[in-house]
Amino acid sequence: MDLDLARLQFAFTSVNHFFFVPITMGLAFLTALLQTAWHRSGREEYLRLTRFFGTLLLINVAIGVVTGIVQEFEFGMNWGAYSRLVGNVFGAPLAMEGLAAFFLESTFLGLWIFGWDKLPRRVHLTAIWLVALGSALSAAFIMAANSWMQHPVGYAMVGGKPQLDNLWAVFTNPVFIWGYSKVLFVALVTGSMVMLAVSAWQLRHGGDRALFGRSATMALVVLLPSILFTMLVGDELGVVEGRYQPMKIAAAEAQWTTCQPCSFSLFQIGGGNADHTPTKIIAIPHLLSLLATNHWNGKVVGLSPLQAQYSQQFGPGNYVPNVFIQYWGMRAMAYLGVVVLLIALWGLWAVWRRTLATSRLFLWVATWAVVLPFAMNTAGWFLTESGRQPWIVQGIMLTRNGISPTVGTTWLWISLLGFVALYGTLGTVDLVLMLRYARQKPPVPRPESEVSAPVPAMQY
Amino acid sequence: MSALIPLWFGVIAALWTGFFILEGFDFGVGMLHDLVGRDEAGRRAVINTIGPLWDANEVWLIVAGAAMFAAFPGWYATMFSGMYLALALLLASLIVRGIAFEYRGKGDTRRWRRTWDVLLTVGSTLAPLLIGVAFADLLHGLPIDAQQNYTGSFWDLLHPYALWTGVTLVLLCALHGATFLTLRTTGELRNRSGVLARRIAPVTAALVVGFVVWTHLTAGNAFFLSLVELSAVLAVLAVLWLVHARRDGFAFAATTVTVAACILSIFVDLYPRVMVSSTNPAFSLTVDNTASGPYSLKALTVVAAIFLPLVLGYQVWTYYVFRARVSAVEFHLPAQRKPSAPAPEASPAPDASLAESREREPGGRHA
Repeated sequence: MDLDLARLQFAFTSVNHFFFVPITMGLAFLTALLQTAWHRSGREEYLRLTRFFGTLLLINVAIGVVTGIVQEFEFGMNWGAYSRLVGNVFGAPLAMEGLAAFFLESTFLGLWIFGWDKLPRRVHLTAIWLVALGSALSAAFIMAANSWMQHPVGYAMVGGKPQLDNLWAVFTNPVFIWGYSKVLFVALVTGSMVMLAVSAWQLRHGGDRALFGRSATMALVVLLPSILFTMLVGDELGVVEGRYQPMKIAAAEAQWTTCQPCSFSLFQIGGGNADHTPTKIIAIPHLLSLLATNHWNGKVVGLSPLQAQYSQQFGPGNYVPNVFIQYWGMRAMAYLGVVVLLIALWGLWAVWRRTLATSRLFLWVATWAVVLPFAMNTAGWFLTESGRQPWIVQGIMLTRNGISPTVGTTWLWISLLGFVALYGTLGTVDLVLMLRYARQKPPVPRPESEVSAPVPAMQY
Repeated sequence: MSALIPLWFGVIAALWTGFFILEGFDFGVGMLHDLVGRDEAGRRAVINTIGPLWDANEVWLIVAGAAMFAAFPGWYATMFSGMYLALALLLASLIVRGIAFEYRGKGDTRRWRRTWDVLLTVGSTLAPLLIGVAFADLLHGLPIDAQQNYTGSFWDLLHPYALWTGVTLVLLCALHGATFLTLRTTGELRNRSGVLARRIAPVTAALVVGFVVWTHLTAGNAFFLSLVELSAVLAVLAVLWLVHARRDGFAFAATTVTVAACILSIFVDLYPRVMVSSTNPAFSLTVDNTASGPYSLKALTVVAAIFLPLVLGYQVWTYYVFRARVSAVEFHLPAQRKPSAPAPEASPAPDASLAESREREPGGRHA
């Protein structure tokens, strides 16, 4: 089996999956907020917004669910040796995810979509909150599993295999606590950026100001703290990862030699695994020390001494991840985050000045800014996952030893091309539908006399 | 050996059985929606009988797969990497089918909807076929070496017994879907579902009997049929009689038992093996040589003991909430519903639809 092809397939399917996951998590929460606002105030605008953004949520949930099944199957199909070795630890959170989160999310989503006229209002409101809870919980379990790959805890080696012996440790893994918090905030950033972009487009094209001014404001109010916390939590996650995966952090700065204090370069020319002395442009003193250790004069061990240390510890081999991906992945993520922060501040300033609905420039920027969170998330995952290489489980198993030993390259090609074709088509259809529904006029609620009337808006 | 190992084999068998009972009729509805629905309103009504339910039903598959991963990593690894192409195809069919539900109603053109109709039908047919083939292969045996690795090709999966099992499951799901629709629809839709059930039942009965005998011979551990195998045969014969007697509720109960008994027969005959090796019986995967450690199983047991009853509780409640029958009238466009009405915005329209929905009440209540 071809290692690079298997990695390419996993990267492709998981990056695609994670386009839809944060929209689902974020929009589920925001839709629940809107419906709560309607429930408490009784104002019709909130009901219309709930329906409008609820439809956008549903378009994405479907793809998020089906691409998630692919992820679960892929561990066994492409990474058979890995599954055999670590299923004992890694499988448990996945099974719990299904039992505790997926059932909750899917069942109550069905109840929410089809229950508008069948459930009491309060129960119906609870349903959308349970959908939001279910999606947030599912991320918790999968992040616990992923964090275990970054920093394995709560196990003992029995006969060469890691065996779970402390579930509590898996769920209090510092990488998990910080990584999961980050995913939650990132989901809110993504959801609110989508809501902001749709509202901004509507405002630019003569949409109802009372309606979309309100949703844009709500999106901005959620966005600002979410992006701030994403950055703060991300910073702490960097420190935690620097402790357990020093290679990841050293590679993110292309730091080949040990430094103390360490500066952070805004850009570099050259670099990569072959060029140990790239030209660093605009170095900010002490910043890397702060980011990686939380100390003004913190020490960051360089890639070359780490490589020497790992070779001694684990035997000869190359333990340096792809430095180019690390360096630029980190910067793409961080710089895009700053742009999002600036947009949030700009938008709230416009809200303060009461010019949000009329500021054509801001509305134009806010519409196109919808691509930023997706680029940011993808860069972040490249940083995290590529930075773990060459390990599939840090210190326990190398990625090249994790693949299915008897799966042929032909099979892998067939499934890879099939998934690319399928995901390409589905992604296009999703985008077309999102654009179509985002540009529609929001539905007018049916008058009371029509409550039991045919064709509720959200049925199939 | 921990007592939790057979328990988890049982949990996995139960999860797959639950999956086929629930998603079985979803597959059937997907296969038959065009035949039963005939026009756009009919098709939409048929799809909406499972609209609120199918997604949660499919989660049974995700949980069953994850439970195999967690409790028997060796089984999961060998099965999923060995049946590679079959599972890739299964994923593709589950994807297009799941998306079809959500997306077919979101386009305006006839071509858009018909495309998703075809994908829904094909996906709903392929999925049980492929899982049936996969389950039969577990019992029939596949080339597996001493290291628990699959050494065969794609074609080794397609043994006649596996194909027979796959086709049996497809027909059984279709029949299960038809009896489900007789319970969940009204008028013409209900009649057509009944006609289809009566047409599908004899073939399905023949296939199920063949499947049971073949399974019994494949397992080869006793002369007489086991209790669960026998129940599959008796249940499918009962279906044959009940669909003709037009006892819709009992017919659905009988297809449910048939589905459950067929899936369980495979697991019961398999135990304590989980994948038979045709290379050498000594290389077969068993519950013992593929299981997780005792701590993992204990943790999983606690979590399952808390959440499974909870899940069953709210899923049953969901079925109760959506117990009303669905009729095609609900999905006619306003203009179609009342051709004499001059325009949709004219004042009589809301009253007319209200009156119509009142007329529907009696049919909608006794589901």
